Amino acid sequence: MAEPSHPGGRRPGWQALDRGQRARPWEWVAEQAIRVVSVTAIVLVFLIFVFVMREALPVLLGRVNSAAAQERRALPVEQMDRLDPEELRQYLELSRKEFAEMDRDTLRLLMEVKLEAAEEVPEDKDAPLNTAAWRYLLGPHQWTGYDRPAYIWQPVSSIHKYNIVPLIVGSLKTSVVALLFAVPLALAAALYVSQLAPPRLKEWVKPGIELLAGIPSVVLGFFGLVVLATFLQQVCGYASRLNAFVAGIALGLACIPVIFSIAEDALTSVPRSFSEAALALGSSRWQAAWQVVLPAAVPGVFAAIVLGFGRAVGETMVVLMASGNASLLTWSVFDSTRTMTATIAAELAETVFGGHHYRILFLLGALLFAVTFLSNLLGELVIQRLKRRLEGGR
Amino acid sequence: MAEPPCIEIRDLRLAYGPKEVLRGISLDVLPNEIFGVIGPAQSGKTSLLRCLNRTIDFVPTARVQGTIRVDGDEVRRTKDVFALRRKIGMVAPLPVGLPLSIYDNVAFAPRCAGLTRKADLEAMVEQCLRQAALWEEVKDRLDSLGTRLSGGQQQRLTIARALSHQPEILCLDEFSIAIDPVTTMRIEEVLKELRAHMTIILVTNLTQQARRLADRTLFLWNGEIVELDRTDVIFSEQPANRKTYEYVNGIFG
Ligand SMILES: Nc1ncnc2c1ncn2[C@@H]1O[C@H](COP(=O)(O)OP(=O)(O)O)[C@@H](O)[C@H]1O
Ligand SMILES: [Mg+2]
Repeated sequence: MAEPSHPGGRRPGWQALDRGQRARPWEWVAEQAIRVVSVTAIVLVFLIFVFVMREALPVLLGRVNSAAAQERRALPVEQMDRLDPEELRQYLELSRKEFAEMDRDTLRLLMEVKLEAAEEVPEDKDAPLNTAAWRYLLGPHQWTGYDRPAYIWQPVSSIHKYNIVPLIVGSLKTSVVALLFAVPLALAAALYVSQLAPPRLKEWVKPGIELLAGIPSVVLGFFGLVVLATFLQQVCGYASRLNAFVAGIALGLACIPVIFSIAEDALTSVPRSFSEAALALGSSRWQAAWQVVLPAAVPGVFAAIVLGFGRAVGETMVVLMASGNASLLTWSVFDSTRTMTATIAAELAETVFGGHHYRILFLLGALLFAVTFLSNLLGELVIQRLKRRLEGGR
Repeated sequence: MAEPPCIEIRDLRLAYGPKEVLRGISLDVLPNEIFGVIGPAQSGKTSLLRCLNRTIDFVPTARVQGTIRVDGDEVRRTKDVFALRRKIGMVAPLPVGLPLSIYDNVAFAPRCAGLTRKADLEAMVEQCLRQAALWEEVKDRLDSLGTRLSGGQQQRLTIARALSHQPEILCLDEFSIAIDPVTTMRIEEVLKELRAHMTIILVTNLTQQARRLADRTLFLWNGEIVELDRTDVIFSEQPANRKTYEYVNGIFG
């Protein structure tokens, strides 16, 4: 082996001790690189959060006006010459550059378009309402044509109805169905694989279930839409083919590998001496797994469920495809439904940038952020408590 | 001897993979005796105990040959291994507090055996904790976690647990390794009382403990029986084997 080089021409020996980090230049470089990468990752997540919040903030502060009637503020075309250019530019919502490039006729045409748009606004009692205000975002309102107050999400009608309650309930319904379906299955599988399965089988089942995590969610959604929907309708016999139940089951398939792999790790890391002690007491394998290993692994199992919930709430494609996408506010899981995530995915591309619809979709995004953040935080607190209880802090 | 032996071991051989650990053990354990087992570390004492209640099955590489009879039943061919394990109480060197309350730790085995009436369970738990000399210390906090107890208390809890399925045989594997001398003495008193009800196999790293308690003592060395005799013979000036003398007097081992 080649003689190692010594920076500064010094020989190795006790003198090398006081050279500190520079004695190992590559380690130093690697350490710094890792530090930069990790800080970048944290900063990026933070920036995303800042961006989402910034876009949603005007709604949060009540600064967005989505009243349909404000568009009626249109001016007759003849008044064009009375406005000064800057006023005209703002009225037509043009950028300076666009405004500079337009000749008089084009501007006149735009004036006409604006006027026509204004005339299309219905003579509706709700037209002057700012539907982006908290009252209408969260509370019911008796819209024209409805015989009682209702929670309506209908952003692209003449009156923009932005009630987010049906979407929240939709997310809740599908997630609850997903967890009710996925948690028992995933936990049973984890318990079986970690405690009961013969090692041979374990080698197959574990990667098999974890492979589920690799299925693109669009494929799961497709499966839900085509296969599950028909099958479940035949079995349960409900009216609408695509609904929260179908979406929840398909979503559950997406959650199972998440919950399974974390719960399985937690169960496997319970010392074998526990289950062996239980077995030596004459219990069956099942009794040992259920009554001793599971309680010992409760913090990890709970963490798995929290993460599964995060996945269920945040998953988009599956629910977009399989939920039926009707923003109805009902508690029945057999009605078509629409979630917050699916709404954002389906509608954001068609909104006016910076407009009220756009902002309210970002509000939904911020809400999702908050829900996952809070569930993780709460989960962490519960886990800490469970751990302390198990370790019996002295 | 008129009484039939409680445990009969004939030519027991055990290997972990290629490694032979027990090389032809034959012995009888009599009812209601305290049977001491001494020997240096790695000599196969724990392995011998694990063969008795078939917890050796948990080691995939382990191969067992020979016969073991408990109450005349062939252990390796028993139909109901759970019943066998309930017949034998096992106390490990380090207490394994199950992550359950004190009450549930002791009630675990009876519940698994199908005892569900609350009054019966409570009576059982109290009786076992009393037998293990732990009742007075924990009676007010049966709901708190077993793992919150001190080391000595935990070891007595595992003894209570081992008694909870009313075993005919109680095996203790170096039970005093993690506890203080005072607690050790208390447990030794407990064992003297328990022997009226059951057979006790006492594996110990403290030769003096065997001398104090055991009726007969087995000196196991490197998987072989060096000597098995009445305790007073083993600890006398003239045991049959010179090695025994050297070991119990601390000359080697
Ligand atoms: N699970 C196991 N797998 C492989 N070898 C083992 C296992 N358990 C014990 N042994 C080996 O068996 C021998 C006897 O061990 P053991 O029965 O624990 O002795 P003792 O209890 O007298 O100290 C030791 O050499 C040990 O390394
Ligand atoms: Mg041992």
